[in-house]
Amino acid sequence: MSDNNYEVIIIGGGPAGYSAGIYATRAMLKTLLIESCTVLSQLMLTDLIENYPGFPGNIKGYELIENLKKQARYFGLEIKEGFVEYIECINATDRKWRVVTQNKASYTAYSIIAASGAKAKMLGVKGEKELRGKGVSYCAVCDGAFFRNKTVAVVGGGDTSIQEALFLTRYASKVNVVHRRNRLRAEQFLQEQAFKNDKIEFIWDSIVQEIEGTDTVENIKLKNLKKDSVTDFNCDGVFIFVGFTPNTEYVRRIVKTDDTGWIITDGKMNTNVSGIFAAGDLRSNTYRQIATAVGDGVTAALSCEKYISRMRGNEYV
Amino acid sequence: MLLTKLLHLETNEETENSLKENENAVICCGRMGPMCIPVYQILETLESDYSHVAFFDMDFDIEAAWAIRDLPVCATFMGLPFTVNYKHGKVVAAITSIQNKKQITEILANKFSQKESNR
Ligand SMILES: Cc1cc2nc3c(=O)[nH]c(=O)nc-3n(C[C@H](O)[C@H](O)[C@H](O)COP(=O)(O)OP(=O)(O)OC[C@H]3O[C@@H](n4cnc5c(N)ncnc54)[C@H](O)[C@@H]3O)c2cc1C
Repeated sequence: MSDNNYEVIIIGGGPAGYSAGIYATRAMLKTLLIESCTVLSQLMLTDLIENYPGFPGNIKGYELIENLKKQARYFGLEIKEGFVEYIECINATDRKWRVVTQNKASYTAYSIIAASGAKAKMLGVKGEKELRGKGVSYCAVCDGAFFRNKTVAVVGGGDTSIQEALFLTRYASKVNVVHRRNRLRAEQFLQEQAFKNDKIEFIWDSIVQEIEGTDTVENIKLKNLKKDSVTDFNCDGVFIFVGFTPNTEYVRRIVKTDDTGWIITDGKMNTNVSGIFAAGDLRSNTYRQIATAVGDGVTAALSCEKYISRMRGNEYV
Repeated sequence: MLLTKLLHLETNEETENSLKENENAVICCGRMGPMCIPVYQILETLESDYSHVAFFDMDFDIEAAWAIRDLPVCATFMGLPFTVNYKHGKVVAAITSIQNKKQITEILANKFSQKESNR
């Protein structure tokens, strides 16, 4: 097998990808993992993880990813940097796939595991790009200290949003959670902590329409969806946590996705195309946590091992 | 000290000397946090392609970091890391917060074209 030919190619170096890598290499499959340095695992954007089983207390996001990488390398996983641009079937009879990266590196394999996760959505409103790092942030842990005794808005009502709002109360004098609905989606434990924190206030049924400021954030325009009215809200910072979009552009023409691009799989991580598996946050209709991504990665690798044994005619039945 | 493969700047003297010795230099000033780590990693991958540029990191919380924190261009920055590009010791560009590879390489291509380098 020449250098760029593999049995399995895993796309994405997050918890799903590395877990699949550990299992695929232990199954003695020649495996390559391609990781884009430009998107980055969501785990890298997470400071402390408190709910990953087996780590009482907590573990830092980048430490967990380094551990996963080390463990996968130990078993022989090859890792290359590259942003996968597209995949194509090169030989339908042999069922071989080619994976091509943005810098035109090309690799072939019998099987692909898509584990490229998701990225945070931007609000997409005027002022957001211009004022990034000048009051607009996507990480309270990183930038919270710049907002000592200041007023901030946190946009979103999910787990991440409430986690980050709670963190910001260490610095900010007031944290205003702006949510488009009149109740939170975050887990109950976080909700309870937020509701009893004096520094946190909630602005319900509202969305941010524009972020304003000359050198730094000064004001946001809030639209109340129920009253259909727009008001000014003075604040020094806006922290945005409004959901995710799947990193599946390279595979959307090949496998079945839902309307918004999340990949549809069965419980064994099979997509509708045999030989292509999907694991982790990019799957449609799934829970999006580190532990679930790890489980998906393992399942995908086990299914992939079976698929390749079947191809070779030596499946263990 | 930051856990990166970049060269670390820890004192004012080191900073001054590095800017004197390198026509083109980038200093990324941050912490070991989730917005900074991606930027350090991108800079690490660029070192081989941009051998005419010297890449450094600096811990945001050390005394010497005031050389970056006090720069007029950084006065409105409220997001880590602060990434500052120098040519002949003078600031030519500065960016705040997490950046992707494209954004970083655009600045490198604009400010430090290979022709002008002293390679
Ligand atoms: C701020 C924040 C806090 C969180 N906190 C928690 C928590 O406390 N507990 C918890 O369980 N979960 C938490 N999560 C969710 C958790 O991080 C994700 O569920 C998990 O990382 C998903 O893993 P994954 O492997 O599917 O995807 P990711 O971790 O997103 O990894 C996907 C990888 O694919 C790469 N990639 C993308 N596109 C391409 C391409 N075209 N070519 C090559 N590579 C590509 C990316 O660079 C990335 O490394 C948090 C998420 C965020 C954003």
